[in-house]
Amino acid sequence: MKNHVWRPLYVVLLVIAAVLVTRKILVPADFGIGSRGYMYGWHRPSNEQEWKEVSVKYRTAEYCKQCHPEKYNEIKQSPHANINCENCHGPALNHPDDPKVLTVDRRRELCARCHFRLEYPTSGRGKIRGINPKTHHPELECVTCHWPHDPRKEGHKI
Amino acid sequence: MISRRSFCKKSLLIAGGLAIPFSSLELFDPRRLEAEKNDGKKVRWVFLVDTNKCVGCGFCVKACKTENEVPYDANVTRTWVERYVVTKDGKTHIDSPKGARDGFETTAIDIGEGKFEEIRNEDIDKAFFVPKLCNQCDNPPCVQVCPVGATYQTEDGVVLVDRKWCIGCGYCVMGCPYGVRFFHPVYHVAEKCNFCYHRISKGMKTACVDACAFGARRIGNIKDPDDPVTKIIMTERVNVLKEEYGTKPQVFYLGLTKEVR
Repeated sequence: MKNHVWRPLYVVLLVIAAVLVTRKILVPADFGIGSRGYMYGWHRPSNEQEWKEVSVKYRTAEYCKQCHPEKYNEIKQSPHANINCENCHGPALNHPDDPKVLTVDRRRELCARCHFRLEYPTSGRGKIRGINPKTHHPELECVTCHWPHDPRKEGHKI
Repeated sequence: MISRRSFCKKSLLIAGGLAIPFSSLELFDPRRLEAEKNDGKKVRWVFLVDTNKCVGCGFCVKACKTENEVPYDANVTRTWVERYVVTKDGKTHIDSPKGARDGFETTAIDIGEGKFEEIRNEDIDKAFFVPKLCNQCDNPPCVQVCPVGATYQTEDGVVLVDRKWCIGCGYCVMGCPYGVRFFHPVYHVAEKCNFCYHRISKGMKTACVDACAFGARRIGNIKDPDDPVTKIIMTERVNVLKEEYGTKPQVFYLGLTKEVR
């Protein structure tokens, strides 16, 4: 047969070869069917490890307790025992190395997350003692009168 | 002289006879049987939300955004809390300002476009808060629609997104009936709750569970019959969201009512 008939076929074969080679280079070697089968498990397994390596920011009260046992014990014997340190003090990260100091959130809005009075009878919120931040001493920080680690105690005063 | 036929017969008999005592050595462990009943996997993460306990403080949302590096001021979040206020005229008012990142700072319902609807306390029939997060479905529609294999389910049931592989087509965002997926404002790829995979794989709890002061959020392994979460799911009246979609969601709710969508 004449050459002009075969020539397009060579071109097609060349394109197919090029696609296969680029795919081989671009697709990671471990890409394939995981434990959940083709429909739900078609993925790059090394990505699971990448997600596991995300840094932990909130280290929990167990971490805080190691150096601040007196603070930990105080709040655990108070009506605020259920609140974790990092909710108000912010994530510990690698404290005390980095950051050296944690910034405490002393804003009224933080306390109002729970103690802004909402009359919701069918929710746990309705059972929490609350105030209206607009009328309840709006010029003061809550910690002036209320000690957050044990709300039964008095606050900082001015 | 032993014949070929009788040799084969006798050796088969001996082999069979030896196999019987071997199999009888293995005792049935009901717990292992329970765990292997379905697929033999040891871990399947599930979530339990108690809507009776949630007070709408939003500490979970705050912790989640920080822990998972979702930009704090962008109006997207992996988990959020919805407020439901059912009034005496039969209407249901639902809002979740900023996903309740700062809790609920007003009695008025946020109806969008900067408008608020004031509701008088005496008009309220019932009012409660419902935390929402990824359901880590057993039949995840978001995974089925991914054209490139960038989102997938791990062996322990968590649906993850491969940030290097996602092309940002947004099929999964549209495919999720629970609206838990969004685009990450920094990486510009699909983003979703992954039960804090870096924490649960280290034996910790998720950031939202640790931040919750009221025990409204709990995470557990449904394959472990001794897990307190498994015990509650097996013995109490739990419900799931949008069961009719057939997605087999694995976030269970206590105290769910028909108003919750």
